[in-house]
Amino acid sequence: MAQAFEPPAMPANAHQVVRAPGAVTGIKQSRLSKATRDRILQIGSPLGLLALWEVIVLAGMVNSRFLPAPTQIIGSFWNLASTGLLYLDLKASLYRILMGFVIGVVPGMVIGLSMGLFPIVRTIFDPVVSATYPIPKLALLPLFMLIFGLGNLEMILVIASGAIYLVLINTAAGVLEISQIYWDVAKDLGASWWDRFTTVALPGALPLIFTGLKLSIGMAVLLIVAAESDGANHGVGFLIWRAYDIYDIKQMYVAFVLLSLMGYVFTVVLNEIERWLVKWRNV
Amino acid sequence: MVTSLINSEKRQVSIQVKNISKRFKTRKNITEALTNVSVDVKEGEFFCIVGPSGCGKTTLLRILAGLEEQTDGEIILSWHNPERPLSTMVFQEQSAYPWLTVEQNVEYGLRLRKVPKSMRRQITQEWIEKVGLQGFEHHYPGQLSGGMKQRVAIARAFANDPEILLMDEPFANLDEQTKILMQQELIHIWEGNRKTVVFITHSIDEAIMMGDRIMMLTAHPGRVKQVFDIDLPRPRNIAEIRANPHFAELFTGIWGLLKIEVENARIQNGH
Repeated sequence: MAQAFEPPAMPANAHQVVRAPGAVTGIKQSRLSKATRDRILQIGSPLGLLALWEVIVLAGMVNSRFLPAPTQIIGSFWNLASTGLLYLDLKASLYRILMGFVIGVVPGMVIGLSMGLFPIVRTIFDPVVSATYPIPKLALLPLFMLIFGLGNLEMILVIASGAIYLVLINTAAGVLEISQIYWDVAKDLGASWWDRFTTVALPGALPLIFTGLKLSIGMAVLLIVAAESDGANHGVGFLIWRAYDIYDIKQMYVAFVLLSLMGYVFTVVLNEIERWLVKWRNV
Repeated sequence: MVTSLINSEKRQVSIQVKNISKRFKTRKNITEALTNVSVDVKEGEFFCIVGPSGCGKTTLLRILAGLEEQTDGEIILSWHNPERPLSTMVFQEQSAYPWLTVEQNVEYGLRLRKVPKSMRRQITQEWIEKVGLQGFEHHYPGQLSGGMKQRVAIARAFANDPEILLMDEPFANLDEQTKILMQQELIHIWEGNRKTVVFITHSIDEAIMMGDRIMMLTAHPGRVKQVFDIDLPRPRNIAEIRANPHFAELFTGIWGLLKIEVENARIQNGH
């Protein structure tokens, strides 16, 4: 029985399957790392789109009055920037967005955390939130104009009204999503309601709070355009309406680019803060 | 088989459970989880509870912890030093806070009790080392294995230094090797500080290895079936204790009774 084990010979008609690097992922080892390749594609795709856009307009395939070429938009941008107008527009809009954001987000978080933490608060606020959330925030604009007059306050409040719901709903959901075991541990170790608020509800809900914050800031950029249609002397939204009045569509595109840049920068900043505050999620 | 330890006779009573019953009301019916459970746990005793699944072991422990309230009966706990917490629980499921580092988790109870920072750090470090997590102080639970997370929860409970430690199948979700290591660690730690421990397990082996006494509950609803004295010598060693002929004797005796309850539980579930 003490025979050396000999593997049986492979039948002549059997196929051999060879697994070598690249066989599973389908990616051959290349000179570029995956990260470098992705970076090139990320930067390249919008640049490619801009180039295509430029060519289509210059070739006269579309009416350049309604779709100006990127180079024309850049020209318009420099004109506006050099007069200092663009700076005033940007400053006015940023002020309204950030003020509205803070005025909406802070109570949104406090109410949301309380709703998640205390069933009684949830019972009281749930119907109110459900009933008022679907009201389009723009519908409030004329009302706010009548109450607060034309000016910054009315615009800030419209933005705040948009921000509060998204943060509130996400924060409450974030608290409710926290597993029961973490409440039990806190209770077992003698946590007061304030301890539970600060050491369980807030950190546990933080990932969803940030989802709410990012949605809110997007909503703020969306609302600023409508809010600045009346009662503003400056603002990126105002720039669009002024461009409409003077029929300078290139300026409108300048505003579009600014709005998208603003949204992008806000998101990047919030992502960075999130990465720093919610460290435990990305480990 | 049923002999008492002389020193356990003399000790004071730490937990008096008097005729505890627990009924859960749902919309349709009332479920009885515990019926007339009475037992005394002595000061410094390692008290194990076994019973078939669904017999109300965890409910009893949660009632002892004050996380749930009994429907009937009374519990009297002796609290000697009000500066120390009365009881702390180690839960069966993963309970280390994912948003706190190992160090912050272990010191959480102390922080809630407003223990000064320098003292907190010292106690925390001591327990991190005792459970073998040194070097992982600043890691988050998400970076740790299941066994390490459970060690965080155990260190958190011990660092809190309660008079009574309540443990609900703390090793149930660990792999076999880690479990043996943790059992040995716990025996070692406990033999060093002799706290009152109420320890739930579904493993007879574990109960015999760890405990001074074992209380067996019947199948649903839980009633006290019998209380066994485990008169194995201490200090105990997990590897050697199984070889003790008395261990096998205890196991056979306890399993003989538990088997009946497990079968009862299965018949109930079959309905």
